[in-house]
Amino acid sequence: MKLTLRVWRQKNPDTPGEMASYDVDNISADMSFLEMLDTLNEELILRGDDPVAFDHDCREGICGACSLVINGDAHGPERTTTCQLHMRSFSDGDTIDVEPWRASAFPVVKDLVVDRSAFDRIIQAGGYVSVPTGAAPEAHATPVPKADADFAFEHAECIGCGACVAACPNGSAMLFTSAKINHLNVLPQGAPERETRVLDMVAQMDDEGFGGCTLTGECATACPKGIPLPSIAAMNKEWLRANRKAKR
Amino acid sequence: MALATRQDTPPTRKPPVRHTSGLRGFWGSTVGKKTVMAVSGLIMLGYLVAHMIGNLKIFFGTDEFNGYAHWLRTMGDPVLHYEWALWIVRVLLLAAVVGHGVAAYQLSRRDIRARPVKYAHKRKRASYATRTMRWGGIILALFIVWHLLDLTTLTVNENAQHGKPYENVVATFSTWYGNTTYIVAMLAVGLHVRHGFWSAAQTLGVGNATRERVLKALANLLALALTVGFLSVPVAVMTGLVG
Repeated sequence: MKLTLRVWRQKNPDTPGEMASYDVDNISADMSFLEMLDTLNEELILRGDDPVAFDHDCREGICGACSLVINGDAHGPERTTTCQLHMRSFSDGDTIDVEPWRASAFPVVKDLVVDRSAFDRIIQAGGYVSVPTGAAPEAHATPVPKADADFAFEHAECIGCGACVAACPNGSAMLFTSAKINHLNVLPQGAPERETRVLDMVAQMDDEGFGGCTLTGECATACPKGIPLPSIAAMNKEWLRANRKAKR
Repeated sequence: MALATRQDTPPTRKPPVRHTSGLRGFWGSTVGKKTVMAVSGLIMLGYLVAHMIGNLKIFFGTDEFNGYAHWLRTMGDPVLHYEWALWIVRVLLLAAVVGHGVAAYQLSRRDIRARPVKYAHKRKRASYATRTMRWGGIILALFIVWHLLDLTTLTVNENAQHGKPYENVVATFSTWYGNTTYIVAMLAVGLHVRHGFWSAAQTLGVGNATRERVLKALANLLALALTVGFLSVPVAVMTGLVG
């Protein structure tokens, strides 16, 4: 396959960037999108040019490091992570636009790499359970209803890649935050911090400068892990409940 | 982190924020503001349904419609004095409009700030009803002002007479600009309610995977019933059914 790539190039956070055009040849349909970018970078290095910086780690679709907006879609046309997107999703002669996540809470570091530490701070605000350390407790000591376990697991699938923020026209982090809150709040282990968790995590999310939710549904469509849109409704319910209960 | 993307100065670490409790925390939060929008929106929606049903009385003649309009003033009698109930509703509606508008303005400002750079690769995002919520809301706010000047204060209604609402409605829908403004506004109402009702349900935490279809169907039904119900009046005047 022969492709034309239009890639966002930006030297550093303080320099304005622009879309740059590159031709790549000899691309196999079996390559992943990142391998195709590796091919481009090898060529750029041989030419003595600066390779395109992009985030990646496991390349197995589970770490949440890769983060590219391909032809206007976070993680590209398939419902998966960029690393699991293969070149067979494109045709010979295509022009592909590659851009970084766009949100003021995710500033561009270089080229396609953005700083997603805002997500880390949302987790720090309440995305944990406080438990005494020591030997693993007896598994049957804390029964969890099957429906609750399924609900928790569905939300625990979130890998924190930030595609929801990138896809949202408001740069809102509600799908991410709701996944993390719902995952812990439904479980008995998360119950002691149930109210402070949702209140603090939402407060942190707002403090980071993410936008509000207008229920466009773009986030849930982009999510590579299929976190559903009603997660946000479940988080809102938890937040309203916590507001009623927090007076103690 | 790779050398190429390592920043010279390490990012400043600030401790996670704690939530503010009470009303300030509620209003200061995006979720709290959306709750204000959802509740005020549902109040206005409830009013619209009552208003639309009341409008349909025009099909039963001058006396029934004008009698109904008079009853709106004597509602609650003898507990409430003349027009008290009407003013209670008006104050509640004004509070709902102001709360809805202020929250929408502040949230929109925040949303636009959160996404300052547009993608170079353009594509349509979300449904038409969803994309037109902000402009649709502004159109509706302007229409409310026009509508009050037209049929409540009768300021812009040239052939209007006090105490004769039936005749005033006919007078409004006998002008091209009266009809055009009204039809555009009612289509905007339908679109706004279609996304707004469903969104309010999500904001108030009523939505979940199993109720999704019911809520969407209810939103569509409300939007359609309101638009068709409201538009039946100008259409009836234009076709001579009411006159």
